[in-house]
Amino acid sequence: MHRRFIALLLLLPSLGAVAAPEVLERRLDNGLKVLVKPDHRAPILTSQIWYRIGSSYEYGGITGVSHVLEHMMFQGTERLAPGEFSRIVAENGGEENAFTGRDYTAYYQNLAKDRLEISFELEAERMRHLKLAEKEFAKELEVVKEERRTRTDDDPQSLTYERFSAAAYDASPYRNPIIGWPGDLEQLRLEDVRDWYRLWYAPNNAILVVAGDVNPDEVFALAEKHFGPLAAEEIRPPKTRAEPDQLGEKRLRVKAPAKESYLLMGYKTPSMADAEESWEPYALEMLSSLLDGGDSARFARELVRGSQIVASAGASYRAFERLPGLFLFDAVPSKGQPIEAVEAALRDQIARIQSEPVSGEELERVRNQVIAAKVFERDSLHYQAMQIGLLETIGLDWRLADTYVERLAEVTPERIQAVARKYLVADRLTVAVLDPQPLDDTEPTPTRGGMGGQTNVR
Amino acid sequence: MFADRFLSPIWLAALLLPVAGLVQATPEIQTWRTTNGARVLFVAAPGIPMLDVKLVFAAGSARDGERPGLASMTAALLDEGAGDWDADALADRLDDVGAILSAEVDRDMAAVALRSLTRQPALDTAVETFATVLARPTFAPDALERVRRNRLIALRQEEESPRTVGQKALYRAIFGDHPYAGDPSGTPEAIAALAREDLLAFHARYFVGANAVVAMVGDLDRAGAEALAERITVGLPAGAPPSALPAVPDLASGTLESIRFPSSQTTVLAGQPGMRRGDPDYFPLHVGNHILGGSGLVSILMDEIREKRGLSYSTYSYFLPLAQPGPFLMGLQTRNDQADQARAVLLDTLKRFIANGPTEQELTSAKKNITGGFPLKIASNGNILQYLAVIGFHGLPLDYLDRFNDRIESVTAEEIRDAFARRVHPERLAIVTVGGTAEPLVSQANGAP
Repeated sequence: MHRRFIALLLLLPSLGAVAAPEVLERRLDNGLKVLVKPDHRAPILTSQIWYRIGSSYEYGGITGVSHVLEHMMFQGTERLAPGEFSRIVAENGGEENAFTGRDYTAYYQNLAKDRLEISFELEAERMRHLKLAEKEFAKELEVVKEERRTRTDDDPQSLTYERFSAAAYDASPYRNPIIGWPGDLEQLRLEDVRDWYRLWYAPNNAILVVAGDVNPDEVFALAEKHFGPLAAEEIRPPKTRAEPDQLGEKRLRVKAPAKESYLLMGYKTPSMADAEESWEPYALEMLSSLLDGGDSARFARELVRGSQIVASAGASYRAFERLPGLFLFDAVPSKGQPIEAVEAALRDQIARIQSEPVSGEELERVRNQVIAAKVFERDSLHYQAMQIGLLETIGLDWRLADTYVERLAEVTPERIQAVARKYLVADRLTVAVLDPQPLDDTEPTPTRGGMGGQTNVR
Repeated sequence: MFADRFLSPIWLAALLLPVAGLVQATPEIQTWRTTNGARVLFVAAPGIPMLDVKLVFAAGSARDGERPGLASMTAALLDEGAGDWDADALADRLDDVGAILSAEVDRDMAAVALRSLTRQPALDTAVETFATVLARPTFAPDALERVRRNRLIALRQEEESPRTVGQKALYRAIFGDHPYAGDPSGTPEAIAALAREDLLAFHARYFVGANAVVAMVGDLDRAGAEALAERITVGLPAGAPPSALPAVPDLASGTLESIRFPSSQTTVLAGQPGMRRGDPDYFPLHVGNHILGGSGLVSILMDEIREKRGLSYSTYSYFLPLAQPGPFLMGLQTRNDQADQARAVLLDTLKRFIANGPTEQELTSAKKNITGGFPLKIASNGNILQYLAVIGFHGLPLDYLDRFNDRIESVTAEEIRDAFARRVHPERLAIVTVGGTAEPLVSQANGAP
């Protein structure tokens, strides 16, 4: 086959061709950063406001407060009755939502191109003039508790992930679920939410991202008009508890009603913010794609189809986080396979990466997938704006989204081997196993803790 | 309330704008048939050097017959070996050029989709692979055994989710003996008993030109699209269209099934046969449901269940229009000890809506939301591809998108009230609850006031 030839043809011209539309940047006097990405493919826009606040800023006793505050942002301001915000957006044909992550809280409206001012007027109002009334808080807290039950307590894999995270990190706030521990939700008071709002919701702690069929000068003028009058706040950098070096492998079992077992393994890894070498996070991303980037990757080829030891297996790593995180593996055993054998198979895969350089052919295949994905993502305006907002809220430059593909394409087999040897070692490892309990036990399970993903959508 | 000083002129203008009067830039749909009879719907999208193509066959789980899961397993095996390539070779060919192949099955259809760069030789490699997967899957015995074993595990994992357990039970209660009753993922017994010959026969019967719709959106011109559609479908025999599905009978009476489950919440689901695609009541029911429970945070159900009472994080209602009437469905999840209260609010809200219909204010707001948001629904290639598949599969008129906003605008409150009164029968709902006992949990005792 002409595989190598195909790959080169794909790679070389595309690096220039994928250069995304330009992003324009302005900072208002009150510190609000405004980023505009014009894209005139369709007569729509997305308007997103990102705050540098999330569950990793929280401390023990108030976990979940960022997410509860996100809910309260829809519950009335000085000028808007509870729910009024959403009704106005809906009447203007808008789609809206909000989400809380470890490192950010973000709000967005997707609208027809002539409706941008509605978004700015509403978001400027709730940035500094939230009402935070006792009645709405009491009700919304119950909604959040129901959300926790739906997402975590009644989902055995989410529950396993929650307890796994709490065990993997000794001190880092990444050990806490975004939605909060049940006990903290029980003791949360309106004053806690009010303090949190005053501390973090200010123009100098926010990034406004607009992408779509817009004129940047008009966007900047509208931003000045609506957000310009808002007062800045003194933002004191959070005192984040640093994760100490791990002193040996950790293991836990999570008992929950379930039918099938589930394995989670995580190795402490640096993120873009703290990597010793700037290429390391890119090498870790390429490593995760080699193992789990499609049906041709090693896990699908060797573990699902080859040895058939797993029903499914995954590898994931996030370069763009505020604090160091984990290189994660998860797997569901195939029928009759003990969980120990699955863990051994994953560790064999890691050992092979460490001992043998990956082939040029494998690496080229991953490069081509990454390059194609970068072209495909231009079909989603929302996703492009998300990338910009995400980078900026963790203190990185939005230009990283544009150089990302090039940096991935530069990764060599030697560097993949190097990060695997350095970081995928037992002393950095935590292993969690879901221990299935009978489902036909009709006693209700007590409320437990958890958050399956990285983000809570409202 | 909303103070006047907050209403800026542009805002007022936007609210007053007769949105449906605006010229909507809807995509221009081109259509033709391939040599072997497959109908093609194509929209040229020159903005990004990529192509989306989706083949849709009337080969969903409603065609499973005595073998629940047959349609879904057939689709799942397509890329496990085709022509001279085994699963490894197929995966290499697609991943080498960054192409993405996917197959999914619902009750009506099997849909097989490809997303590729239009640059050569990526496109040729992807299309050659795609055409082979569609026409010449091998259903290799070892691949079948592996996919079967993993499907059985997936079915067991679905039993871990109270929402999935409830949804399957509700479809059984709504559809009884009709083929829509079964879940596309199948049953353990039937999956265990499937033979390779079953898959071969199913594929031979349904993956044919006369049963195929080709939806295409991408950076191609008409001539290029015609040539490509031909290459994709050339291996499919002309075949014959399948027979129509049987009619869906109305429920004779209401039912209640309570499934005990070790969960902290109870899932409450209610439903009955709803409407089909192209239904004469489609627009009144669609707009009415949008108001009742189809518009997220601002729907009546969300207001009653979540905003007023804090009973559930999520609550909704929807019509799922299929070739024959699909379900009308409502749902929520709430703490076990609140399940009876939440169910009562859910059903009372439906009854009140049927009795009263929407207010003029609710109807006006809903129309503004649907028509004003229409540009968002057709903004991406992925969105348009989905519309083409639905229009083609259900034989909707090609000006469906052009006329969509006008038809929304023309719906009246009385039409909605009338359509709901005729079509939705709260005294004959199938209701399913899945959850634990109503004993309040210790950690929740100091929760709600």
